[in-house]
Amino acid sequence: MRFTKDHEWVLVEGDTALVGISAYAADALGDVVFVELPEVGKTVNQGDSFAVVESVKAASDVYAPISGEVIAANDELSSSPEVINAAPEGTGWLAKIKLSDATQVEALMDRDAYEAFLSTL
Amino acid sequence: MSMNAVGRPTRPDDIAETSAEFKSLTGGKGLLQYERLIFEKKDYTRTGVDFADIDITPSDLGDLVRGDDLGLPGLTEPEAMRHYVRLSQKNHAIDLALYPLGSCTMKHNPRLNEKMARLEGIGDIHPLQPTSTVQGALELMDTLAHWLKTLTGMPAVALSPKAGAHGELCGLLSIKAAHEAKGQGHRRTVLVPSSAHGTNPATAAFVGYSVREIAQTSDGRVDLADLKSKITDDVAAIMLTNPNTCGLFERDIVDIAKLIHDAGAYFYCDGANFNAIVGRVRPGDLGVDAMHINLHKTFSTPHGGGGPGAGPVVLSEALAAYAPTPWVVNSGNGYVLEEFGEEASAANFGRMCAFHGQMGMYVRALTYMLSHGSDGLRQVAEDAVLNANYIKASLQDIMSVPFPDGPCMHEALFDDKWLEGTQVTTLDFAKAMIDEGFHPMTMYFPLVVHGAMLIEPTETESKAELDRFIDTLRALAASALATKNNTDDVARFKNAPHLAPTRRLDETKAARQPKLTYG
Amino acid sequence: MRYLPLNEADRAQMLATIGAKSVDDLFVDVPASARLTAPVDLPRYAGEMEVEAQIKAMAAKNLSPSRVPFFVGAGAYRHHVPSTVDHIIQRSEFLTSYTPYQPEIAQGTLQVLFEFQTQVARLTGMPVANASLYDGSTAAAEGVLMAQRITKRNKAVMSGGLHPHYTHTVETLAHAVGMETEALTPAVDAEAEVLKHIDKDTACVVVQTPNVFGTATDLTQIAEAAQAAGALLIVVVTEVMSLGLLKSPGEMGADIVAVEGQSIGVPLSFGGPYVGLFAAKEKYLRQMPGRLCGETVDADGERGFVLTLSTREQHIRRDKATSNICTNSGLCALAFSIHMSLLGQEGLKRVAKINYAKAHALKDQLASIAGIDALTPRFFNEFTIKLPKVAAEIVEVLAAKGILGGVPFTRLHKDAAFDNHLIIAVTETVSDTDMSAFVAALKEVL
Repeated sequence: MRFTKDHEWVLVEGDTALVGISAYAADALGDVVFVELPEVGKTVNQGDSFAVVESVKAASDVYAPISGEVIAANDELSSSPEVINAAPEGTGWLAKIKLSDATQVEALMDRDAYEAFLSTL
Repeated sequence: MSMNAVGRPTRPDDIAETSAEFKSLTGGKGLLQYERLIFEKKDYTRTGVDFADIDITPSDLGDLVRGDDLGLPGLTEPEAMRHYVRLSQKNHAIDLALYPLGSCTMKHNPRLNEKMARLEGIGDIHPLQPTSTVQGALELMDTLAHWLKTLTGMPAVALSPKAGAHGELCGLLSIKAAHEAKGQGHRRTVLVPSSAHGTNPATAAFVGYSVREIAQTSDGRVDLADLKSKITDDVAAIMLTNPNTCGLFERDIVDIAKLIHDAGAYFYCDGANFNAIVGRVRPGDLGVDAMHINLHKTFSTPHGGGGPGAGPVVLSEALAAYAPTPWVVNSGNGYVLEEFGEEASAANFGRMCAFHGQMGMYVRALTYMLSHGSDGLRQVAEDAVLNANYIKASLQDIMSVPFPDGPCMHEALFDDKWLEGTQVTTLDFAKAMIDEGFHPMTMYFPLVVHGAMLIEPTETESKAELDRFIDTLRALAASALATKNNTDDVARFKNAPHLAPTRRLDETKAARQPKLTYG
Repeated sequence: MRYLPLNEADRAQMLATIGAKSVDDLFVDVPASARLTAPVDLPRYAGEMEVEAQIKAMAAKNLSPSRVPFFVGAGAYRHHVPSTVDHIIQRSEFLTSYTPYQPEIAQGTLQVLFEFQTQVARLTGMPVANASLYDGSTAAAEGVLMAQRITKRNKAVMSGGLHPHYTHTVETLAHAVGMETEALTPAVDAEAEVLKHIDKDTACVVVQTPNVFGTATDLTQIAEAAQAAGALLIVVVTEVMSLGLLKSPGEMGADIVAVEGQSIGVPLSFGGPYVGLFAAKEKYLRQMPGRLCGETVDADGERGFVLTLSTREQHIRRDKATSNICTNSGLCALAFSIHMSLLGQEGLKRVAKINYAKAHALKDQLASIAGIDALTPRFFNEFTIKLPKVAAEIVEVLAAKGILGGVPFTRLHKDAAFDNHLIIAVTETVSDTDMSAFVAALKEVL
């Protein structure tokens, strides 16, 4: 699993990747009450806002950690947004993206680097 | 002696003790009654309004006629009184105690204002009566306009916006129209300080402008160097609140206005805090081009549990021609309502709403202005600022102040640094105020200050009430600080409020499974 | 000064606590060039009696509808409001409270809003309603912007039956956000024309019933056509009392409903403040503007109410908010809700029928006058006639005789084709004597 400084994560499986928000981000947001998922079929560029995660008092854009085509969205979050709090780095994934540039993943932080980054915040 | 009566206990200690956890058998809390929803009374046959029976067949309407069951319950007058009076008792109100919501200006609402708004010939006149039959109403609007222009030192005012945010929209649309008229339509950026009200960036984005944030200095003002670096030739305007949301006057305001004007942009001032300077400073003298005035803040029209407000916008010479219709014009031969964008108003940018704006609020505001007069309004600003500084001076030894140097204006800003090491957050502290009978201050705003607590007492508080408030906050602060060393007082804060009509509510549940109507 | 509790002794003590010599020390941050040293040139302080006299002098220059036969409508209506309404809204706890951001001490306002939302939803026949907007016209404009967010399309089509002030308000707001608008030509029976203007770029069609001329229309067909083309139907109602008799917008398939609620509980007050009712289909909930009140439970599991879904709003989303609206029309929503609960469905249906009957009785009398054409085919409490003379001039002549005889359409929309069109509203406040006086006066001046 790789991370961005904006607290998104990427988990590559072949030429696709699951993306979501980190446990740190989910905790900081508080109880998630709504998720605006990306449309399947949409092409996103790295850094684009492609989803919104809302808690009672905050709404945060989620930026695409990598470029590619959205091939699936985690529809379970529509009815059960609390899954993001329960398992942000697992069943609380947001979307599955078909990678258009695998090298982008390499440039992201691994868990140790991300943990180190968090300790500086 | 004659023993013709039977005694009963007449002292509290004659009565058995009850526990602190006492609960009534049926959910009531003494005078604080439990009250069902009107829909739970499930009575759809009653009505509290008497009209003669009528039996007609609306023959021309055919199948446009609605079915019989609308799902709307009715209450007779006594039932209605009970329902709403019971509900009312679950609200805090200015008339009950100091209501220190920073930047909201919860001041006393004079009852003469209410009486005037209900006069025959004011409260009952129709916006589309022939203008020959409403000359007094147009005179009233023109008089209000004169007061607003004189107090702000600005040449024009658009009265119709229905609230502060609506006024912001009106101001920005005037600016947009002015730029387009000058062939400067490429200007699409609005500069907004990081401490701004949320409405400022919301309004800018709404009209298609992009927002560029300006940094703040360590003393809570606009960072002039940062501002200079962000003025480019695509800047349409700056939106600045002054006094700002930290309760501080922008000392460099005149220089800021000059920089903005030199760059061909306009200066929008958010007038939410005009009450701090009314009668002592005219925004026109500061270089402002447009400013909305919340009549429900500075000029005491009631907040009414969330509106209605009114947000007239004063405009500089450069923007006046673009004001929305309708305009009231004193033709010398009576007042005219210019509604069609002809002649002087030909460059207007459009219309903010049907009819002519919030007349009911104009009457109240004008009544308030006439009551205070020019000298009284000046005193309003002075007392508002004095009260805020008194609170700041009386609490700053125990609570931390992010910008301690120099006076504040109409509101005193504290942060949560003083709560470090305690088990209490800003939210807990605020909720504990409820148990002491006060409404919490504005919390977590402005965003630039951590755990912000923004206290605005207004000028309508007596020194005795201020002292009562200060004593309460000092006692609570001492209790909060005590949680550093022991946990005795933690529950006071974490479970607060204990004595309100309801306990803390589950906002997560409300948002995850929205239930917005009954049934 | 009666509203300022501090006296000179208080001020001196407080300045001492602060450590300031005079109040001027507190204004040191104001640039010297901008400090006013004396009060501005306006009248000085005045007592209650003096102020009351001044305001009353202005009120006396207006012709009060309470005093004369009155037939003015076109978006604002004179109705009987029970005395209870004004009494309750002046209670301190409602009048002098703020937006219910601290729900533990604002359950009164919040429960009222929840009941209000339910009343609005049921009245309009829609699943969800918000806690009110400024008025009907701004609600219509917000509806159009909402349709743009939902459909991602950029054009609004407005029926020629839409109140011209509403058309203008929608145009102003829609153009501000870069939307296109197509306002169709005004006509008494304008609705059918809308069908021809729906295409693949249409975000919404905005149709009013009863329309500005009074015509009531079944919009089911328009709803179907709009939705088949991927557009939304926004139904505007300016006379909310009509919903006591007429099929609801929801029953006709509306996606969004924008209503002026003034007729129930809110005084005419020369055009404001009023109350915008806003309702929509449930699937569009998250795109709705304005405040929403929702049910939840407190720490003891007791039912309570809170403002909810506030992430749509400006104080959180800032530049990504669904609209820039901050205030609703709280006290007017309260007045609406009280009046609505006093009426109940029985009272509402009855007063609606009275409106219908009186308006039709007057139309019959006017239609029998030579030279007058009654134009409105199906109506509730308002209809349009065509006079043999210019309506604006006739209205002035009638006013001079002490009769407020309707709204010339040209007051709303300048177009010579409508010079002789007069819109006449008749509510339960109009007596038979009023009607006879109107008919007699009109015969005399034509």
